Amino acid sequence: MNIEQWVKDNTFHYSQFWDFRHLVEAKEEQGLTVSLCIPTLNEEKTIGKEIVIFKSELVSRYPLLDEIAVVDSGSTDNTREVAASFGADVYLAEDILPEVGNKPGKGENLWKAIYQLKGDIIVYVDADIKNIHPRFAYGLVAPLIYRPEMKYVKAFYDRPLAFSQGIRPSGGGRVTEILVRPLFSLFFPELTAIIQPLSGEYAVRRDVLEAIPFPIGYGVETSHLIDVYSKWGMEAFGQTDLDQRVHRNQATRDLGKMSFGILQTFLLRAKALGLMPEIPDLNSTLRQFQVKEGNFEQIEHNIVEEERPPMLDIPAYREKFHPAQ
Amino acid sequence: MKFTEIKEQLKTYRAAAESMREIILANAVMIGEIPASTFYEDHRVRFMEDRFSECGLQNCSTDEVGNGFGVLNGETGERRILLVAHADTVFSEKVDHTISMQADRMAGPGIGDNSLGLAALASLPLLLEKLDIRLNSDLILMAASRSLGRGNLEGLRFFLNNNKHPIQAALCVEGVKLGRLSYSSIGMLRGEITVRVPEMYDWTRFGAAGAIITLNDVINKINRIPLPKRPKTSIVLGSIEGGNSFNNIATSSSLRFEIRSESADVVRDILNEIKDRIAEIALESSAEVTLDIVARRDPGGIDFRHPLVRRARDILKQLNIEPRVAPSTSELAELIRHEIPAITLGLTTGSNLNQANEEVLIEPIFNGIAQLLGLLIAMDEGLCDEH
Repeated sequence: MNIEQWVKDNTFHYSQFWDFRHLVEAKEEQGLTVSLCIPTLNEEKTIGKEIVIFKSELVSRYPLLDEIAVVDSGSTDNTREVAASFGADVYLAEDILPEVGNKPGKGENLWKAIYQLKGDIIVYVDADIKNIHPRFAYGLVAPLIYRPEMKYVKAFYDRPLAFSQGIRPSGGGRVTEILVRPLFSLFFPELTAIIQPLSGEYAVRRDVLEAIPFPIGYGVETSHLIDVYSKWGMEAFGQTDLDQRVHRNQATRDLGKMSFGILQTFLLRAKALGLMPEIPDLNSTLRQFQVKEGNFEQIEHNIVEEERPPMLDIPAYREKFHPAQ
Repeated sequence: MKFTEIKEQLKTYRAAAESMREIILANAVMIGEIPASTFYEDHRVRFMEDRFSECGLQNCSTDEVGNGFGVLNGETGERRILLVAHADTVFSEKVDHTISMQADRMAGPGIGDNSLGLAALASLPLLLEKLDIRLNSDLILMAASRSLGRGNLEGLRFFLNNNKHPIQAALCVEGVKLGRLSYSSIGMLRGEITVRVPEMYDWTRFGAAGAIITLNDVINKINRIPLPKRPKTSIVLGSIEGGNSFNNIATSSSLRFEIRSESADVVRDILNEIKDRIAEIALESSAEVTLDIVARRDPGGIDFRHPLVRRARDILKQLNIEPRVAPSTSELAELIRHEIPAITLGLTTGSNLNQANEEVLIEPIFNGIAQLLGLLIAMDEGLCDEH
């Protein structure tokens, strides 16, 4: 595959989809339903605005979204109350499929949403976006409506990071640039065409979501890309430029934890695909250091990238969505 | 429709506004997040114009000074009613314009002044459609440019000076504060006094002082100007600037002030007093002291007993809202100058106005919109005309 040609054919800018009326007509002609899933954990400051914007623009004005759902990991602030007050369907992750138990992590919410939400397309949007705008949903859903062969559309950004001094014009994506992109270049060169592989916003068809496993921690985006690529190839992917995303910046130490989780997921995938058959058992402890009163102090983080099976393996799911099989 | 029927319908209007909550709030957020400092409102006005177009309004356009318009044609179109909200803010585009939202409030620069007022205008056509209300009059919705500060109402003035079709009545819409009822304009003069120390200044001469000390003398002299109790008069010292560092004597400074009075003569007299006093200080200090007049308004307005004011009071009473009568120096003044019966209304309760942490409460907005709609229908029915 010619990467440059792929980028040309499968990369969009959200402004291409300005004609909402046409977009909704195309969606209705195909009989598609679209669900918005917002995974949350203590997001009371930003969740209300997200729901108001999406509901106003993509439900009331132009019915692109058939449901707006918040799947919460057990927030201790008022996230669920605020979300419900603005009219979202609010679910506690642990209440969904209680028979499979509950695991911590955003990936768990995304995975359980596949069972709980009804849409043929699910668009995932993080709850911590300060400059929320309808483009964060329609920019990702539109390629799936207009391009039937496409299955998985990811967002990318000209991303500023918010600092106390104001907004920096460029930067960000540190884990992408120093970990994921080099790894993809080594093992899956075609996947380097995905400009921001770790972006938390993507729209996916149900037939893909139900067929792939879900790491519940940091590795969910990386594993999705590898699994979708392995099963359906690059043609299944699209990516949309959503301009800017203003969000909380993460400390370098937190990025270390994130990278550790992603590496675990990546190495296990590489092993399963036969790319690195000889990998030993992986250690799950990340060690970092901090200086306290002149002494170096070691901090240990136990990061285990647990994985949920494809939803199709869950009997309750098959009963709900594929009762005839 | 009789006025008693309109009053009875206010609850329905409120409920309809509340059922459109996310549309009204989303408009306020999206408008508020587009920077629009005075003279740089074009992106925000473009957004308003798009909203008007999407609602199917006619003549959606931007004029040569940047005002944005949409016209909802009436059944007869024999009369024209203008609803105007200023589009500009006091915040530069460098300020973070993110609006935050909690269950009961929204916060961010300009959310009350005047993103919410614009949001009401952008949402009104949908509200009328939802309630299946067809006005007889043509309704002109206007996002006014160049209103605040040095803008000096240029946008609205340009429109009124060049508009070819007579306007029978107007409402000015402000986000804050619900209950506001302005029907008169106060006499006002806004100016900036600048002190500059010449480069070749002789610092050894008697009385030599930097620009800050000289400006301090100006402030003291302004403070000593006697103000009459009747007609009500005040001088507002709005902001001062000057100097660059800790250890260098300032060579420039400035003071922004506003004279307000119920009498145009008093405004003029005070201005002359200020001119005399700064001339005196300039002579004493050898500094260059200049006065730049930025904006002027003449007092005027409609009477408290005018049917438009009376209907507005009745509607507020019906909604259990305490009227807060106060003169205005904003868009209303220009409408008064053009002899168009007009009042200014507010939509909700807010705080920290014109600060970065400006905030408005959500719940009262629906009463604010109901009030606006009730009065608009009364105007359309000719119930606010002076006979």
